[in-house]
Amino acid sequence: MAKDDKKDNTLKLKFDSARNLAPAPESKSIAKIKPQYELFINGSFVKPESGKYFDTINPATEEKLSQVAEASPADVDKAIKSAKSAYQKVWSKMPGKERAKYIFRISRMIQEKAREFAVVESLDGGKPIRESRDFDVPTAANHFFYYAGWADKLNYAFPTKTPRPVGVASQIIPWNFPLLMAAWKIAPALATGNTVVLKSAETTPLTALMLAELIQEADLPPGVVNIITGAGETGAAMVSHPDTDKIAFTGSTDVGKIIQKAVASTHKKVTLELGGKAANIIFDDAPLDQAVEGVINGIFFNQGHVCCAGSRLYVQESVYDIVLRKLKDRLETLIVGDPLDKNTDIGAINSRGQLETIQKYLKIGVQEGGEIYQSSCPLPKKGFFCSPTLFTNVSQSSRIAQEEIFGPVLSILTFRTEDEVIEKANNTPYGLSAGVWTDKGSKIFNMTTKLRAGVVWANTFNKFDPTSPFGGFKESGFGREGGLHGLMPYLHLD
Amino acid sequence: MKPNIKIPDFSHTAVVDQVGIEERASRFTKRSIKNETKMNGLLLALNMIDLTTLEGKDTVGKVKQLCTKAMHLHKAYPGLPTVAAVCVYPSMVGVAKKALGDSGVKVASVSTAFPSGQAPTQVKIDDTKYAVENGADEIDMVISRGKFLQGEYNFVFDEIALIKEICGDARLKVILETGELGTYDRVRKASDIAMYAGADFIKTSTGKISPAATMPVTLVMLEAIRDFYYKTGKKIAMKPAGGISKAKLALHYLVMLNEVLGEDWMNNEWFRFGASSLANDLLMQIMKQKTGIYQSSNYFSID
Amino acid sequence: MAKINNTNDEQRLEVLKTYKIYVGGQFPRTESGRYYVVKSKNGDHLANVCQCSRKDFRDAVLAARNAFGGWSARAAFNRGQILYRIAEMLEGRKSQFVDEMTKQGLSLKQANEEVNLSIERLIYYAGWCDKYHAMASTVNPVASSHFNFSSPEPTGVVSVLAPDDSPLLGLVSMMAPIISGGNTCVILASSKYPLSAVTFGEVLGTSDLSGGVVNILTGFVDELLPYFADHMDVNAITLSDQSESQVTLAKEKSVFNLKRVFQYKNINWITEKGQSPYFILDLQEIKTTWHPIENIGGAKASY
Repeated sequence: MAKDDKKDNTLKLKFDSARNLAPAPESKSIAKIKPQYELFINGSFVKPESGKYFDTINPATEEKLSQVAEASPADVDKAIKSAKSAYQKVWSKMPGKERAKYIFRISRMIQEKAREFAVVESLDGGKPIRESRDFDVPTAANHFFYYAGWADKLNYAFPTKTPRPVGVASQIIPWNFPLLMAAWKIAPALATGNTVVLKSAETTPLTALMLAELIQEADLPPGVVNIITGAGETGAAMVSHPDTDKIAFTGSTDVGKIIQKAVASTHKKVTLELGGKAANIIFDDAPLDQAVEGVINGIFFNQGHVCCAGSRLYVQESVYDIVLRKLKDRLETLIVGDPLDKNTDIGAINSRGQLETIQKYLKIGVQEGGEIYQSSCPLPKKGFFCSPTLFTNVSQSSRIAQEEIFGPVLSILTFRTEDEVIEKANNTPYGLSAGVWTDKGSKIFNMTTKLRAGVVWANTFNKFDPTSPFGGFKESGFGREGGLHGLMPYLHLD
Repeated sequence: MKPNIKIPDFSHTAVVDQVGIEERASRFTKRSIKNETKMNGLLLALNMIDLTTLEGKDTVGKVKQLCTKAMHLHKAYPGLPTVAAVCVYPSMVGVAKKALGDSGVKVASVSTAFPSGQAPTQVKIDDTKYAVENGADEIDMVISRGKFLQGEYNFVFDEIALIKEICGDARLKVILETGELGTYDRVRKASDIAMYAGADFIKTSTGKISPAATMPVTLVMLEAIRDFYYKTGKKIAMKPAGGISKAKLALHYLVMLNEVLGEDWMNNEWFRFGASSLANDLLMQIMKQKTGIYQSSNYFSID
Repeated sequence: MAKINNTNDEQRLEVLKTYKIYVGGQFPRTESGRYYVVKSKNGDHLANVCQCSRKDFRDAVLAARNAFGGWSARAAFNRGQILYRIAEMLEGRKSQFVDEMTKQGLSLKQANEEVNLSIERLIYYAGWCDKYHAMASTVNPVASSHFNFSSPEPTGVVSVLAPDDSPLLGLVSMMAPIISGGNTCVILASSKYPLSAVTFGEVLGTSDLSGGVVNILTGFVDELLPYFADHMDVNAITLSDQSESQVTLAKEKSVFNLKRVFQYKNINWITEKGQSPYFILDLQEIKTTWHPIENIGGAKASY
């Protein structure tokens, strides 16, 4: 429950009516989810060698949606061999402009089936339909469209160099943006002439499997894209397979390090897009209402399951009170609930395990002396939900200010001067993203050049675009996805 | 105005980022308003209308007809609310006052050499006095945009304060004419000046300049009202005017109001729509909700 | 006055040089007090060279980290001038290097080539300092109303294992792209030919290069490699012709803080392949910056 600031009692704005809207659910009937999914290998859906399947559930209801195959090392071997054969026989020989047409086709077909993808994404992963409909799915389609155009223009990308594909790319994606991450991985790999084995995350396999069906429908040559499902063991088999030439991983820094170590004795090319603990910095001359909105989107977008989430808020002391008040009022208007309701702002936490992790950090935050403030929005009785949460009285040494929580939890810290906040913002092993809010242009450039992060948003936050490279400094990984720079990880430059 | 309100330095007002405010405004339009929420919203919007006629060709007959419409929106649906007010030129205030009688519908009068405001202060005073003396419950004044753009903020402030005095018990709406101010930063500054000078309402537009009310510009003003409330504890009302003719858009505005200022503002004391054709679209949507059948304008009176 | 005796080369007792290391702009000896003997091809004793310890490396990383802020913030043009200055200093001391290299067993032709090409290479990279940005940066036409650009920024502190078979050119070829990109580095010189590396430190020391930007240690790869690879405040490591097992070890140890690892294997540094702006880009991180673009009103650019 929200704790009222005593001094503000008389002036409190009331938002109950703003949250209590009549239900506006998106129709589930458009989602044709099969009771069971197989592995997509060499152009067809095949049963796993092990005969094993695992359930995928709707995190908002805890009900089973479907069961999917668990790929064993033998299945991984099959998938990688088919990718290798397709690479050698078909894909590496195909002219770029022909590859491009296949990739354009995939993009268009995603657009055609956009609403179905969005509904399945929200059912399987818990994200609000507003986000899967307006962000995940269109951005995924756009990513394919963008890279399709590169396929026959690679010679223009790197002056004096002759680009050459790497071979078979083993790609492992997380559960926070299942379809979009698949697009981020597959699109540049295909455009540059590589073939792919992609493994979706254990808790969110369905849209990747729908993509597999779409790729089959698009008539892509068998084996060029293989999509398999499974957990960590499946991923490990992909990483260690001798015919894997390139590994692209998005996920936790811990797993990224395991992968990096596993391939130390090989010449496999690796790109890692890992964790973050982004600083979002508000100066006293900022457009405060837009800054508050940016902070809200920065931390509560996709329930905070975002590696570049603005999870550390630094507010200049002279505007701390007003910013906090605006944040609290904005927090009250957020609707937490059924991901399929078009009015939901914050959907379900992706899995029970992740909910437990977040709850652990909430306890730690309180134990460390942080002052917790949560929205008074009631949570659904069933499913995995977490109230949007602010922590004040947080210091640089608090664990909730240092460790990636990957949930709707914002740690608020204060600062006095530019130097101080630059030092504090960079005081982390991560370096994925950062945000800065000020009306003064010269200060923006001072900040954006000194913040050690791969993406810096000034007077905006959490913006993504296929043309815009994304990726981290330091322990947030290496390699870029998006834009011209996103081609590099999939090419040898001779 | 409470004596304890400290007047800020208007050369330094809060700044607004255009892309950010427009993104936020468009987010409200993503709310899906259904069933009872929709019905309540439509009825509330109807009740918030300042039914307006501000034309050179206005006559006693036209104003009388408009007043009848204001009180009896759609006889096929008994029990509907009335609109909030009828908005006319000062010369028509007496006519409207008489026509509306004790219906509870208020008479609002534009004044201060509406719409341009390009007249000597004395003319503006007389204009306002005339409207008030003829029974106007509310005065919709325009600010001197020329002076504002010249940076003469004190002039603008003093003029509003002066008109406020003349209003007496009538509530003062201050029209910023946002379409002439050019940027959201200036809309924000003009809002602050108006509120600190004593406005009861701040209002976007005269309806004579394009663009008139938009969601982002209204959002800028709502946020100014919120900041003023945070600072002073005093509530200021809001009136977007011009360009809102569809029920769906009106509902978006109500969503925005509800999420920025909360439910205390969700009534016609604190929010109005300045509009002429919005009422019939709302009525058509209300009848659609009630009957489940899509409606035709032929069945709704145009006054 | 009597002439001082023994000024002829034949009669004069040569003053031997103490080969020290180059750390933080200073020329200390190793803290460990250890040394190893470098002999000429005839087996004559040439020098006692510092056998650096992990603590020497630790101190060098500290110096490199302290120097990073200033060096990376320098104008690219200024970095170019400093690299050019290093080339100038090297040109002036060419004969000393040739002398040292021939003593260590290189032919006169080889020695001349090493030094001449090292000078050329420094000039090559001096020119790149303010140009590789243009090659590696993009302005990205995002679909929203934002200005978006990506540009390279130095990775940070780099540890370098210079090639064993090249006394000077290999070291210069690995160092120059690192520092022209704004990074700072700690270099382990060839253990086989350490003398030129140490003397090159003296060139750096007189070249307007701030202390700590380049630090040169002498010693053994097997002893120092683990620390070069696992130090948490080193952001990247570049290897040359180390063995497979050494490279694997370096990669494994680099995992602790996800160091960027690059190996420049089998590169014939005397050829064109030994220089490229892509070597600079290896030690760069791409940063993408976003900012909203205001677009108010109907005004458009026109001709």
